[in-house]
Amino acid sequence: MELDPLILSRIQFAFVVSFHALFPVFTIGLASYIAVLEGLSYKTKNPVWMKLSSFWTTVFAVVFSMGVVSGIVMSFQFGTNWSNFSQASANFLGPMLSYEVITAFFLEAVFLGILLFGRDRVPPGVHLFSAIMIAIGTFLSAFWILSANSWMQTPAGAELRDGVFHVTSWSEAIFNPSFQLRFFHKVTASFLTGGFVVAGVSAWYLLKGREVEANRKALSMCLWLLLILAPAQLVIGDFHGLNTLEHQPTKVAAMEGNWETSRNVPLLLFAIPDQESQSNLFEIGVPGLASLILTHEWDGEVPGLKEVSVDEQPPVGIVFWSFRIMVGLGLLMILFAVAGLILRSGGRYWRSGWFLQGMRFMSVAPFVAVLTGWFVTEFGRAPWLVYGLMTQAESVTPSLTGGMALFTLIGYIVVYSLVFSAGVYYLMRVLYEGMESSEAEPDTQSERPKRPLSAAHTSFELHDPNEQPTKQGGH
Amino acid sequence: MELLDLALIWAFIIGFGVIMYVLMDGFDLGVGILFPFAPSEPDRDIMMNSVAPVWDGNETWLVLGGAGLLGAFPLVYSIVIPALYIGVFLMLAGLIFRGIAFEFRFKARSSRYLWNWAFAGGSTVAAFAQGVVVGTYIQGYETANGVFTGGALDWLTPFTVLTGLGLLAGYALLGSTWLIMKTEGQLQEWAYKITLPLLIAVLVVFGIIGIWTPFVDDMVRERWFSNLGIIWVLPALTLLCAFQVFRSVRNRSEGMPFVATMGLFITTYLGLVASRWPYLVPPEYTLWDAASAYDSQLFLLIGLLIVIPFVLVYTAWTYWVFRGKVRAGEGYH
Repeated sequence: MELDPLILSRIQFAFVVSFHALFPVFTIGLASYIAVLEGLSYKTKNPVWMKLSSFWTTVFAVVFSMGVVSGIVMSFQFGTNWSNFSQASANFLGPMLSYEVITAFFLEAVFLGILLFGRDRVPPGVHLFSAIMIAIGTFLSAFWILSANSWMQTPAGAELRDGVFHVTSWSEAIFNPSFQLRFFHKVTASFLTGGFVVAGVSAWYLLKGREVEANRKALSMCLWLLLILAPAQLVIGDFHGLNTLEHQPTKVAAMEGNWETSRNVPLLLFAIPDQESQSNLFEIGVPGLASLILTHEWDGEVPGLKEVSVDEQPPVGIVFWSFRIMVGLGLLMILFAVAGLILRSGGRYWRSGWFLQGMRFMSVAPFVAVLTGWFVTEFGRAPWLVYGLMTQAESVTPSLTGGMALFTLIGYIVVYSLVFSAGVYYLMRVLYEGMESSEAEPDTQSERPKRPLSAAHTSFELHDPNEQPTKQGGH
Repeated sequence: MELLDLALIWAFIIGFGVIMYVLMDGFDLGVGILFPFAPSEPDRDIMMNSVAPVWDGNETWLVLGGAGLLGAFPLVYSIVIPALYIGVFLMLAGLIFRGIAFEFRFKARSSRYLWNWAFAGGSTVAAFAQGVVVGTYIQGYETANGVFTGGALDWLTPFTVLTGLGLLAGYALLGSTWLIMKTEGQLQEWAYKITLPLLIAVLVVFGIIGIWTPFVDDMVRERWFSNLGIIWVLPALTLLCAFQVFRSVRNRSEGMPFVATMGLFITTYLGLVASRWPYLVPPEYTLWDAASAYDSQLFLLIGLLIVIPFVLVYTAWTYWVFRGKVRAGEGYH
């Protein structure tokens, strides 16, 4: 079989970007949470807030460093595998990605060092300010990247001359039609991720009876946040869907598994979309509900996949099922947030074993939801890279052979597996040690600012034969 | 309509970024290259501590350069990076392994030897790959209509292997002179001992490259031999710097060997630039051919001009904070 560089490049990009996406989606939410904890600590002087903040800052440091490492690879992917696309879109995407680097650098260089190592060296106000600036920095990073992505989904403010995009209006290009909703959808997703992870870890500590006061407070805070954000995300997602219907109707058709443009379209709960026969092999649906959701009318018209030729259709099965997994998890999140509210009476939310176990497992849910959400929007755009203007096939590096693409694909899988299993393993060690150890650590003069992982003191190995049993913590 | 030659300004910015990167990441990669040969394990701790505070700031210049190239000279991005496809992957893999090793080696005990190898191996592969990039730049790229048309392994020729080895030796020299400046006792003694052999290795490899280069490319030959002019000042200065390294090591100076090695790198770099100026993607495209649209360059320039001063101040501050000798047991755990 001939190795296809296009398909291998798509798999490679999907692999490295999916891996990368897991880290920032968590750190964006977590950075804001830390800023809130720092604010509470500053205002109330209650040591429990500082304890929580110190612990989660340690976690932030580990995840942030993995996000940076996997991000460096991303910036080279455009050149190695998608050079035609880079050349065509550099006038817009070049500045966008560069601004992202500049913003991220600023954040890392100045304020992260103070947040991680400066607690005893700068006034509390400056420390709080650093936490806030880092939270703002993560939003700025998301701003540039999501603007670039949205522009590829709904290009605006640029014209194609001799195969190269030229920006005609920076404001129209940056604030392109799908940008705002995508930004809110993503930021809310980040908050949900941060919320569910903190809630899940706190629930696990509560199950073990560790640091009950701090973890109860953390869980309670998160549940209030989730109670607002989980339903809000449903509404934002709905608006995002309407926006997609306007600008990328084929994507919506794939999300709904709808082949013929028609009225009174059912919402399919289960179906097996079959691209070859251009129909669903099997389907169970609620009559009229898709029309109602998408047009807010029972007999509203929903576009079908057959509006475009077969070679302009996205892979329907992946989009259809990813969408259902995302929405399903979103509904599950709302369920848990509401259950948390109900269990507040009598303070059962931090004592109920099944609820805490459930919250523990739900900490994985936002990551799956975010990935499947990206699958919907990215696969749903296929075969276009810049929607309606440039296909994936036109974008791939001309000199790339299947063998080369396979070589690096395997290479990235091997490198990421080694490096990130070490990282995740270490993160688990940090969580296992918990916040009991973080308070015992002296702030040694010799530590330098800025390097994220040096904020973590946990030892790498689980059972260290050389470690003195009397000493707690890393070193 | 176009008031400034922005492409020229950007060429200076990128050129400045490249030499900053080479000098700064050069010595910490060099420390990684020398890592397996260190006299003892405690010395390895000191070696790593001597660069631990600054290495990731150094690498930021690479990320900034990569993104800046896409923004200002997309043709470089879309020809050179595909041409180096496998080389780019090897370099990134090397940088990832050594970056992670910095973080985990100090947390590891029984698995420490693995992180030692990740650090040394990653540094060596990354340095070699960067030397290969220099070689392909001298060699030129096979293109048609703004697209790379060569093969997957065009970057790997006897000539580029030599430039790879050259940069490997050069970075090792930066590393050893850095260690002379930053350490004392047994480790410093060792650094003194290896510096002169490394210097000789660098001069031999650079010399062969210098003799070989005019035969690799006609344009370069013409530039150096058509009229014996001012360009020959640069290799003369390189030799002067090399002599200064030699003399300062003999005199047991602590700072001068490193400074002179930097001088050696800067003059060699300027010689390379002079051989190819104004070609950015030789042999076809000049920096003006490779430039992005005027207002895209302008849009990005504004942000960069605001940020670069902060980056420089922050960099200087970090080096100031961590000035002086690194001693055993001190520094970061």
